[in-house]
Amino acid sequence: MANDLFNSFMNGPDEKGRFGDFGGRFVSETLMPLILDLEAEYEKAKTDDSFWAEMQYLWTHYVGRPSPLYFAESLTERLGGAKIYLKRDELNHTGAHKINNVLGQILLARRMGKKRIIAETGAGQHGVATATVCAKFGLKCIVYMGAHDVQRQAPNVFRMRLLGAEVIPVSSGRGTLKDAMNDALRDWVTNVSDTFYCIGTAAGPHPYPAMVRDFQSIIGKEAKEQMQEAEGRLPDTIIAAIGGGSNAIGLFHPFLDDDSVRIIGVEAGGKGVNDDMEHCASLTGGRPGVLHGNRTFLLQDDDGQILDGYSISAGLDYPGIGPEHSWLHEIGRAEYVAITDKEALDAFQLCCETEGIIPALEPCHALAHVAKIAPDLPKDHIICMNMCGRGDKDIYTVAKYLGFDMSDTEGRAAD
Amino acid sequence: MTRIDAKFAALAEKGQKAFVSYIMGGDPDMATSLEVMKGLPAAGVDIIELGVPFTDPMADGPTIQLAGQRALESGMTLQKTLDMAAEFRKDDDTTPIVLMGYYNPIYNRGVEKFLVDAKAAGVDGLIVVDLPPEEDDELCIPAQKAGLNFIRLATPTTDDKRLPKVLQNTSGFVYYVSVTGVTGATEAQAANVGPEVARIKAATDIPVIVGFGVNTPEKAEAIASVADGTVVGSAIVSKIAAGEPVSDVLAFVKTLADGAHRG
Repeated sequence: MANDLFNSFMNGPDEKGRFGDFGGRFVSETLMPLILDLEAEYEKAKTDDSFWAEMQYLWTHYVGRPSPLYFAESLTERLGGAKIYLKRDELNHTGAHKINNVLGQILLARRMGKKRIIAETGAGQHGVATATVCAKFGLKCIVYMGAHDVQRQAPNVFRMRLLGAEVIPVSSGRGTLKDAMNDALRDWVTNVSDTFYCIGTAAGPHPYPAMVRDFQSIIGKEAKEQMQEAEGRLPDTIIAAIGGGSNAIGLFHPFLDDDSVRIIGVEAGGKGVNDDMEHCASLTGGRPGVLHGNRTFLLQDDDGQILDGYSISAGLDYPGIGPEHSWLHEIGRAEYVAITDKEALDAFQLCCETEGIIPALEPCHALAHVAKIAPDLPKDHIICMNMCGRGDKDIYTVAKYLGFDMSDTEGRAAD
Repeated sequence: MTRIDAKFAALAEKGQKAFVSYIMGGDPDMATSLEVMKGLPAAGVDIIELGVPFTDPMADGPTIQLAGQRALESGMTLQKTLDMAAEFRKDDDTTPIVLMGYYNPIYNRGVEKFLVDAKAAGVDGLIVVDLPPEEDDELCIPAQKAGLNFIRLATPTTDDKRLPKVLQNTSGFVYYVSVTGVTGATEAQAANVGPEVARIKAATDIPVIVGFGVNTPEKAEAIASVADGTVVGSAIVSKIAAGEPVSDVLAFVKTLADGAHRG
């Protein structure tokens, strides 16, 4: 079925920006002409070799791509089952996959003559990536960040300021990532002529979900080639963590038509997927709704009011998910599971100890699921997991969390 | 003919411009906002926009955002907003009610069910900020079929090429957003608004009402004079936020209505 144009999972979205029933363009009239303009410019750039040549140059020399595909031998031995490969996107400049997408959008903004870039950020990784690329190209950069996140992510706030960005703490709503996105949209509505909104995940109104996916697909394309080199075949299972879902769709998309490849997305289960909604598992614990320009699975109450969600990982702390994931979930091409804070923290330590890699808390969710399934899989089963970010930003959070446990276990966190 | 159409016909006969007021349903609580709502027609309000609170009002400035938060904290829901409309209708069968808000609470309830309930509650029209013409199949077309007006926003970014698409399925009136920005942020300027209204009126026979950035009786008069009427929202909501007695809020509304009616 691979490469069959009519039966492909890779053709979405349609001309209305829909993946099945998900996606779309649910924005105010003021923004509608802007996103139509953006779509037209992106369609032009997509087929322009010079655009991709510039991307390729920067990916190679500025970001450090291709990122390695690394056989995690010790981890494989420890788990005693499937063979585990890590796609090392945490080695990118700025420490995560975010810059893959930011470069694409900023090059597009330059083509469109936009001089002022706005972005939303949760943990600050997308904000840092945007500030970085804006510094490189001499563009004004304004980052909206929830007031609460500004406080708990001080190092990233300082990084953004060093890079010349203006960080605006958002206190509207409850001061979370979704409120930061609301305020970025309000800025865009106000400054329509000179501003480009650089969205950090594969969500928002069309064409963002498709565009961000296309920029992040470099992850999956490389992984496919590298796996061919290393093993001479496709992986059996690919796994990635999901907040909005950009690193995951980047890994998944090039494999969608490879029927033999099992695809698993891992959501943030927080304190557990329960009625208290202390999690961010939109697919596992939410239902379809409309927010931030697209129809997708959302955490919401009976009245259709959006809930905040909770996760130890600020980067997964979003009550929605990219619309393409909602579609893949509905048609069953990808499976989605949830991992709790506790399981993610265990995986964090496992990764440090076995591989000498300090991972970000986001991919720890994916790793925790790998640790769950690998032991029961045969030794010739190949898993490829996206290590989408490094953990420098998270050591304070982890220390605090483990510190709490340490009081009971004399210096060593409980297993 | 909906109550909105009837209202504009009556105003045209009197040679008067329309004054439209916005309040958030349930702000600061349902009883108070119902009391304000019931007093609006006597204060000179021709059409009532009743806000449906939503957690993520991406087109609203701080004043309306906070009103929504107060309403939600007081336990307001879409159902209770419909209850408010129905309660108002018991004493007033002519003043049009337009629900204004965002799509998710409606989508969550189910479009068909919502339209039946809204009609039964005596609602006449809908303004749903995050449904542009590109998404007309969602609610706009079903609403028109159910006999409700679907009032579209036109904005300074709606150029001549796009205008026909925006006007195509609009009914009741066109809501011209006078500034690029959120509610209550910048002040509308009659000198800028006049030519824009003329541009829209050249393309439609539906009345054109101007809102966003209208906050004083003088401004209401100036804006109404270059359009078919004007909307005030944030300035009224600010009075409610300040905890002013209902009678004072309504006295302020009357000065705005008088201003608009002079225009």
